Amino acid sequence: MNIMTEAGVEQKLSSGTNAPSIKMKGEKVSVHYGEKRALFDVDLDVREHQVTALIGPSGCGKSTFLRCLNRMNDTIDIARVSGKITLDDEDVYDPKIDVVELRARVGMVFQKPNPFPKSIYENVAYGPRIHGLARSKAELDGIVESSLKKAGLFNEVKDRLLESGTGLSGGQQQRLCIARAIAVSPEVILMDEPCSALDPIATARVEELIDELRQNYTIVIVTHSMQQAARVSQRTAMFHLGYLVEEGATDKMFTNPDDKRTQDYITGRFG
Amino acid sequence: MVGYLVVLLLVLAAAAYWIGRTRAIASVNGDVARLHSLPGQHGMFLALFAAGPALLAIVVWSLVTPSIESSIIADRFSSELSGMGVPQVEAFIRDARAIAFGGLVGFADPTKEAAAALYKSVHATSTWIIWTVALVLSASGFYWAYSRIAQAYRARHVVERILRAFLIACSVVAILTTIGIVLSLIFESLRFFQQVPFYKFLFGTHWSPQSAFTGAGAEAGAVNEDIFGMVPLFAGTLLITFIAMLVAAPIGLMAAIYLSDYASKSVRAVAKPVLEILAGIPTVVYGFFAALTVAPYFRGIGESLGLNVASESALAAGVVMGIMIIPFVSSLSDDVINAVPQSLRDGSAGLGATKSETIRKVVLPAALPGIVSAMLLAVSRAIGETMIVVMAAGLAANLTANPLEAVTTVTVQIVTLLVGDQEFDSAKTLAAFALGLVLFCITLSLNIVALRVVQKYREQYD
Repeated sequence: MNIMTEAGVEQKLSSGTNAPSIKMKGEKVSVHYGEKRALFDVDLDVREHQVTALIGPSGCGKSTFLRCLNRMNDTIDIARVSGKITLDDEDVYDPKIDVVELRARVGMVFQKPNPFPKSIYENVAYGPRIHGLARSKAELDGIVESSLKKAGLFNEVKDRLLESGTGLSGGQQQRLCIARAIAVSPEVILMDEPCSALDPIATARVEELIDELRQNYTIVIVTHSMQQAARVSQRTAMFHLGYLVEEGATDKMFTNPDDKRTQDYITGRFG
Repeated sequence: MVGYLVVLLLVLAAAAYWIGRTRAIASVNGDVARLHSLPGQHGMFLALFAAGPALLAIVVWSLVTPSIESSIIADRFSSELSGMGVPQVEAFIRDARAIAFGGLVGFADPTKEAAAALYKSVHATSTWIIWTVALVLSASGFYWAYSRIAQAYRARHVVERILRAFLIACSVVAILTTIGIVLSLIFESLRFFQQVPFYKFLFGTHWSPQSAFTGAGAEAGAVNEDIFGMVPLFAGTLLITFIAMLVAAPIGLMAAIYLSDYASKSVRAVAKPVLEILAGIPTVVYGFFAALTVAPYFRGIGESLGLNVASESALAAGVVMGIMIIPFVSSLSDDVINAVPQSLRDGSAGLGATKSETIRKVVLPAALPGIVSAMLLAVSRAIGETMIVVMAAGLAANLTANPLEAVTTVTVQIVTLLVGDQEFDSAKTLAAFALGLVLFCITLSLNIVALRVVQKYREQYD
């Protein structure tokens, strides 16, 4: 509760200076995998047009929390989610919510680049097609082109849009997956360690991209790299053993954290 | 007699194992860690050398002696046999053997009795020789290997090399058998094609080999070339296979999709084995199921609709064959569908695709090469299937595309050509080999295509 009030105070303080509004809100979110409890009453807000980084040692529940945000945990039979998560004040777990529509609004990019074994064009066009977003071929072409441009991939692939997406390099594949997520015009993009399978140069490109995307989208990113969290995010949340330890502005988290565990983790003393 | 020798050698091998082990341990005064190879490997080494060469000699002996013995007999009795043709000489030797060692004798006469006596003595000599050779080999092998066992001796390497040679020999046997079968198919087919021209067999549309020899007197033995056209059989095979795949492909594929993507763990645990039981039902059971249940059922439906359905319709045989192939299709497809990475399903679900959209647009296209090859393997299985069609399909070689009529298949005709009393050098029976060859070529090429497709598919994901 301490964290909540603090976040509330901070929001009030900055509300005068064009404060970002809260896009997604988690209240007392808990997750069980069968008998095992993976997440304990997490309260965490995601602010619009900001990058929220989730950090913490392996198995701390950060990916689990991320997957709650667009109900990807539904695909795991034994996962059970309790608590409340809202997107623009709508309860995400409300039975009336269409999970298909939710995932169109809250897109996801995975740890390992997972382009479909189809052409680059088809990969990007996949989402718009299943959601019926384009009325004509020309419109679809436009969506594909603008998504690839936003993902910073268009110039590299414009001459081979009909070649297989699996033939690209790892970094290009990951940007293709980001383009694929952008193509359905989501409001929030969830990224689960998007750079862990990439080399440093490809990582730098994706980080740059994340910073650009912030203008139009709200981003939540899980990362194991402290530097990455510090570089790309405005807000950081630290998880440990299924609990949210601390949450706050990234600058503060990395210079003057309240919790000793956060300090230890950031400075590499554990995890 | 030689059976005892084999048993004796096996006992010797067991004894040699213990002796080798003990000697190896003794050579280092019980400090096993100092040995280069484990004591058991030394024992194995000694056992292999004590029994291996001798057993090998026995195998060679049992392969070559019968023909050597026969040639000795034929040589001794060359004056008596000089006037006879090849079949009579063979019969003579067969009878002599039978008199000597027991068995059915054609008819006995003094010459054969004499030959039998000679046979017995020759055989006794050769048995004696093999005993001596085997025991000498065994003893010298034992002595040689025994003198080698020492602390630094690399028994492990020798044993590994011998085992490798043994495994190679086993696979060579399998390969040689295959080659032998193919060669015999080819040679018998060539004999057939000497009597019936190649093109008339492949492209002829009339098949009734049972009426091959209608001539009498001077015409007896003449072959009517025009009744060996395999087109109707081939068409019948294709028709039944097509019907079978119409049944098996959709049902098998849907079942595989359900099992891999929809079924919960507990359903899968029950449903998959049950489907596999379907694959374990003997085809002859499917056969009488088709002939006694399904065919009359279709006939009844046909009658009520005013259609004339043959009691041995292609439809009944095809449908039952399709049911038989379902588990084949479903378990192969299930494997390839499961091989599609979960990350692709997640990626699709993360974009808001429903389960069926994910399967239709991502999983199935990704698994398509594997599914195609599963279908091809199922087709080659259906083409080669015999028992169901023997029982449920007809014998009449109709050239028709109507599934309600009776058709016959290549396999059914092979069976009818070879069953019963047959001469193995008439065009009629040789035709079976030619049919077999065609069948073999078709299934082989289908399998090769299927395996190619699978290989190409694997390269994508590994």
